[in-house]
Amino acid sequence: MTPRPPTPSTIPSKLTVNLVLPYDSLLSAKEVDMVIVPATTGQMGVLPGHVATIAELKPGVLTVHEGNEVKKYFLSSGFAFIHANSVADIMAVEATPLDQIDSSLVQKGLTEFTQKLNAASTDVEKAEAQIGVDVHSALNAALTG
Amino acid sequence: MAMAALRREGRRFAAPIISPQPLNPFRSSISSAEDQAFLGVRSISTQIVRNRMKSVKNIQKITKAMKMVAASKLRAIQTRAENSRGLWQPFTALLGDTPSVDVKKNVIVTISSDKGLCGGINSTSVKISRALHKLNSGPEKESKYVVLGEKAKAQLVRDSKQNIELCITELQKNPLNYTQVSVLADDILKNVEYDALRIVFNKFQSVVSFVPTAATVLSPEVVEREAESGGKLGELDNYEIEGGETKSEVLQNLTEFQFSCVMFNAVLENACSEQGARMSAMDSSSRNAGDMLDRLTLTYNRTRQASITTELTEIISGASALEG
Repeated sequence: MTPRPPTPSTIPSKLTVNLVLPYDSLLSAKEVDMVIVPATTGQMGVLPGHVATIAELKPGVLTVHEGNEVKKYFLSSGFAFIHANSVADIMAVEATPLDQIDSSLVQKGLTEFTQKLNAASTDVEKAEAQIGVDVHSALNAALTG
Repeated sequence: MAMAALRREGRRFAAPIISPQPLNPFRSSISSAEDQAFLGVRSISTQIVRNRMKSVKNIQKITKAMKMVAASKLRAIQTRAENSRGLWQPFTALLGDTPSVDVKKNVIVTISSDKGLCGGINSTSVKISRALHKLNSGPEKESKYVVLGEKAKAQLVRDSKQNIELCITELQKNPLNYTQVSVLADDILKNVEYDALRIVFNKFQSVVSFVPTAATVLSPEVVEREAESGGKLGELDNYEIEGGETKSEVLQNLTEFQFSCVMFNAVLENACSEQGARMSAMDSSSRNAGDMLDRLTLTYNRTRQASITTELTEIISGASALEG
């Protein structure tokens, strides 16, 4: 593994982002201006020089700002580490660009899981249905918002 | 019956023997038994050699085919293994990979293959696991095994049966994917008490080189302890925690996620190493079979020529004895 750069004394101008999935590294050592990660406590914006943080992520949209272009990915939860040397590691299980998501399937999934949640009897079923509802409503919000 | 034996041997024996028969029909009928014995000895020896050559040639074909199959499987899985290498690196950047942390409960997760004929990689994994077990057993420390794969199970069951907590086989029945590995990791985390998990696998460096590796994942309590004591994880306290109610909750999720990511990469790398090792084992096997075939061909030709010479000698001496 390549060693990480040490903490610089002045705040660097760019943030280095690594977005890794089990199947691929979508972004590796990409220099960007800002990222907005969907932490469990809400959308968190990360600029270069951000304080070192470990953030747990919920299903939501990751926005990457590079100059004038903005790229959005839907993440299926994971973790984000922001190091003191302005390197951000985002680990997710799945990440898809928003334009590859089919909104009709999202609606269908949302209604299906809401039904399951209402019909659920055991705790395990309730938890699974709740997860489905959370993910699909986040997808819905991502597509509409 | 002598004729049948001759026919089996190929026509070369029949020809020289049939022609002098009108000269000496008596001899052939009376001493046919002895001839049969002589012929029997000669024909069986070349027959034996021929059978051996056939089986060696079949083995060569089979091992060549197995090498091709392993090569194609390796191609398929190698890209996935390389893509999964980015997954554990952020964890190591944050938490470090510190096998030297002293803990009470060690769990050694040994990853091996289900099928054999893959060289020595499973034996090296088991050797490393046993060494780790010895290093981590003492008055207050204990270590247990979780075994993935038939081959390591067979080796470890022999002498460490009481230390094996969990045995998982047929991992590669369906193509490896993250969901399967995360379910497996969940199983292990739920059923086994651990302070440190040491995953032993063969890292795939190239088609001919596999390095046995041990990756360490610490439990959340140990991580907190090390962070507070300012040891190798002393930097961890500088990080703000976002999300979750308490720091320990987030740390627990973090270490569980780390374990499943490291396992996923380890399983893929081991599968690659298995295919690579099988390729080289089958390759050396085919080459060996080829060498053996050459040697057998020489023996066969020598035997064949010797028997022809003997036949001719007999005939000629028989003929010359008759003449005078």
